[in-house]
Amino acid sequence: MNKDKFITGNINPNRRLRKIIGACVYLLFLLSTCVGIIGLALLIFDVLKEGIPWINWQFLTDFPSRDPKEAGLLSALFGTIWLMFLTALFTVPIGVGAAIYLEEYAPRNLLTRIIEINVSNLAGVPSIVYGLLGIGIFVYRFGSDEMFLDRVLMAGALTLSLLVLPIVILASRESIRAVPDSYRQGAYAMGADKWQVIKGAVLPSAFSGILTGTILAMSRAIGEAAPVIAITALVYITYIPAHPFERFTVLPIQIFNWVARPQDDFRSLAAAGIIVLLVILLTMNAIAVFLRNKYQTRSEE
Amino acid sequence: MADSTVISVKGLNVYYGDFQAVKDVDMEIKRESVTALIGPSGCGKSTYLRCLNRMNDLIMGASIQGEVLFENRNIYDSNVDATEIRSRIGMVFQKPNPFPKSIYQNIAFGLKVNGFSGDMDEAVEKSLKQAALWDEVKDRLNDSAFTLSGGQQQRLCIARTLAVEPEVILMDEPASALDPIATLAIEDLVRELKTNYTIVIVTHNMQQAARVSDETAFFMVGEDRSGYLVEHDDTQKIFTNPTNRRTEEYITGRFS
Repeated sequence: MNKDKFITGNINPNRRLRKIIGACVYLLFLLSTCVGIIGLALLIFDVLKEGIPWINWQFLTDFPSRDPKEAGLLSALFGTIWLMFLTALFTVPIGVGAAIYLEEYAPRNLLTRIIEINVSNLAGVPSIVYGLLGIGIFVYRFGSDEMFLDRVLMAGALTLSLLVLPIVILASRESIRAVPDSYRQGAYAMGADKWQVIKGAVLPSAFSGILTGTILAMSRAIGEAAPVIAITALVYITYIPAHPFERFTVLPIQIFNWVARPQDDFRSLAAAGIIVLLVILLTMNAIAVFLRNKYQTRSEE
Repeated sequence: MADSTVISVKGLNVYYGDFQAVKDVDMEIKRESVTALIGPSGCGKSTYLRCLNRMNDLIMGASIQGEVLFENRNIYDSNVDATEIRSRIGMVFQKPNPFPKSIYQNIAFGLKVNGFSGDMDEAVEKSLKQAALWDEVKDRLNDSAFTLSGGQQQRLCIARTLAVEPEVILMDEPASALDPIATLAIEDLVRELKTNYTIVIVTHNMQQAARVSDETAFFMVGEDRSGYLVEHDDTQKIFTNPTNRRTEEYITGRFS
């Protein structure tokens, strides 16, 4: 058609070049994704090949032993479960509470900004630093050699809580911030006060995000070895802890312990331990994804 | 096909997964005129609009049957490049959606994407003038587009569309998020633009359809929740003497 062009200048869409660039960029990004996935797949394949033959009922129900044929990870498995339970108990209320305060109550001033920036920074502190901090404040009291909690579950859980709190706070803040302001205004317009608005309108729609963030933070805590090694001092445990003030071991430590042994059989045991740890981690992540999807569709209805 | 037809739709069906959203639409859209699409919510008029420049390609699970002939070429043929179609059939959305960039860069984006070489300043100025926005923004072209009012943002989005020099402009309820004065400014603009462009406009506002359009197409929702075309004729005929009883009922407000 011969419409007068009102703009002077040339349009040269060059669709062929754009298509080539588009295809190259696509391949590049696909490759980037593959690097990560292939790396993980190789690792899992290697561990499975080595460890699968060693996984049996006896491995899951026996305590560690000097004889690889009789060794199991029961004490480490229960240690991990105990530690998770206690850490979640401390982290969820404190983390979500801090997130609610920062998002809903805190005035927007310099002090709040400083707190926010430091929470983000804390999420990046190496975990061994938390381990040493845990020894300092929970195992020994600051500045004295007098035992405070000793190297017990409670000290480990408190230390891990410090480690994952920033992550839980950040994730919870993200999901609270994602709640549309119209929900809050809708609730205020019906005469609700601040806490009622938060409880009735904000938290229900932020819930799935908070839950997902918390579970992912917990799965980070499960895999941490460094701070727990600092707390437990690599103790050899052949019982299931009965209360939070007993000494304990966890899966990453048991694996670390087995890897360090010279005999090949213990290396295979370590691989088997890694499989158990991976199964727990992947299950937790799957639960997080499942819950997120479930509550997302509900809130859209 | 008559020479005055720019888009000719034949037997168009649109599906979202298993759900049929639009059923058996045939329509000829006249060059350099304004065609209004009206009808109740959920009647598929926005879905239909998005088929005319393949924007529905971007929606997961959407599929179409039938033909959309643009200048005698089916835009859904496998050898047709959707980006080319969209550079010739532009779109303005319900809510103003300027990019988080300056006013100037909002206009320049489409030109850059399409390999423009020439005087960019002049092209930006002419596009803004065509959208009747130049006088209001000429002293602050480098300000963020978000500093504009809603009505100005929508005219910026129209200017952005015009800069690429499309032949057809699709508008999906372009004034529904604006106040009455800004709405009138958009309507004036639509009437002006039809001397150079073909415009297809979806609207919920029947007075708006009557005010700006030359032809009106009325869509309805069927028992099975699929949308279909009831009647398409000169706007004056639709609003004074419609053929179909349901068109009359809708226009006189007896149901919605």
